[in-house]
Amino acid sequence: MSTLRLDAEALYGELLAGVRSLLRPDMALVGIWSGGAWLAERLHADLQRPGQPGVITSALHRDDYSARGLAASADATRLPFAIDGARILLIDDVLFTGRTVRAVINELYDFGRPHSVDLAVLVDRGGRELPIQASFAAAKVVLPATQRLTLARESDGRFAFSLKDKS
Amino acid sequence: MLSRRNPQLNAHGELIHLLSIEGLPRDVLVHILDTAGTFLSVNDREVKKVPLLRGKSVFNLFFENSTRTRTTFEIAAKRLSADVINLDIARSSTAKGETLLDTIANLSAMHADMFVVRHSESGAPHLIARHCAPHVHVVNAGDGRHAHPTQGLLDMYAIRHYKRDFSQLTVAIVGDIVHSRVARSDIHALTTLGVPEVRVVGPRTLVPGDLRAMGVRVCHDMAEGMQGADVIIMLRLQNERMSGAMLPSAAEFAKTFGLTPDKLALARPDAIVMHPGPINRGVEIDSSVADGQASVILPQVTFGIAVRMAVMSIIAGNEA
Repeated sequence: MSTLRLDAEALYGELLAGVRSLLRPDMALVGIWSGGAWLAERLHADLQRPGQPGVITSALHRDDYSARGLAASADATRLPFAIDGARILLIDDVLFTGRTVRAVINELYDFGRPHSVDLAVLVDRGGRELPIQASFAAAKVVLPATQRLTLARESDGRFAFSLKDKS
Repeated sequence: MLSRRNPQLNAHGELIHLLSIEGLPRDVLVHILDTAGTFLSVNDREVKKVPLLRGKSVFNLFFENSTRTRTTFEIAAKRLSADVINLDIARSSTAKGETLLDTIANLSAMHADMFVVRHSESGAPHLIARHCAPHVHVVNAGDGRHAHPTQGLLDMYAIRHYKRDFSQLTVAIVGDIVHSRVARSDIHALTTLGVPEVRVVGPRTLVPGDLRAMGVRVCHDMAEGMQGADVIIMLRLQNERMSGAMLPSAAEFAKTFGLTPDKLALARPDAIVMHPGPINRGVEIDSSVADGQASVILPQVTFGIAVRMAVMSIIAGNEA
């Protein structure tokens, strides 16, 4: 464990404020499975949005499929609204290399042609390998590539980060 | 290196070939069924294609005739973005005397990544899996009387789709059990997934008593076999069995073991009727049953595509 402390609950408050300012009435929230989906679910409730938020997975478009195989989350995508012409706000917990976001945008396009796609994240940890950036990040930190930052959802619905060395 | 215990699994217990359901752990079967659910929903997308096998070449090697299985494998591979090459084996080098392994070596030199194999000899896909390069994956699309694992898996998918849970079910498989690779794969899958009662139903010549060793109940009486069944799997009566001493006639079989509305009425009211196809109307299944409310024969075909996508994408993602 590192000494760096990220208070996920405090950062969620920042994210809520950031998303509130980004969000237009015609925008749809889509959480990236799994951490981003939890965040989108809570944002959706806190912002009293109508309907259901979307959930999207990168599994079917990952560029490391040949090395890692098919991810268990492959059936997670649920988009309960039309994608054609929609303004989409993607939500994720951690933005790192950008590869997940690239895969998710491909997944989104399998359902139609959105008008626009934005991204808001809890933590931008640097280390980008693709030209992708978030419109809003509640925190920006620089972490060594050897560490894995993961969001967990406690049984009471509260969020917590864990930082571990990759095995 | 292929594992000595089960050549379908790598050292991590991951599926690298699909040769037979026999010996596969329950969680591997469940993973395939869960993944198939994902691919079924790909049909609802505007783009009905995912890029998992992009740049891979899948060779369909059908040494025995098949329309439905070959076509659904081809559709499945194409939905995964693979390049699909169908070999007309009857007119190829095999007919000129080339051995199976020489054929495989030549196709491997054409950069094949996956072989989908149907062969009249039991064990042919096994032989290919043992001798192909480590990065090449093999799917058994039916070998002799041995196994037809993707049919078994799509049958399990259909059962789970309609019945949700395997743990309370009575499943009756009716017809020529002893010559049927579908029956064998179904029995292994059903028992692995925890179905408490699997019945095999048919005349003594086609359903010998020693099948009990597979953990099934043997019924030579159709009424007994149907009683309270949740799922009825009818098998095709193969015409070639008629020529031997196995059966007196197709008409006789139809009268005794053909699924008619009155025999179906003995099963549970919500029973489903399955058949791997092609069906012989009026022989093993009455038209009114095949086209009736209990029939899920056509959904089985649709599920077959999703199950074959799941199998191909899982094995292609795992290394030997």
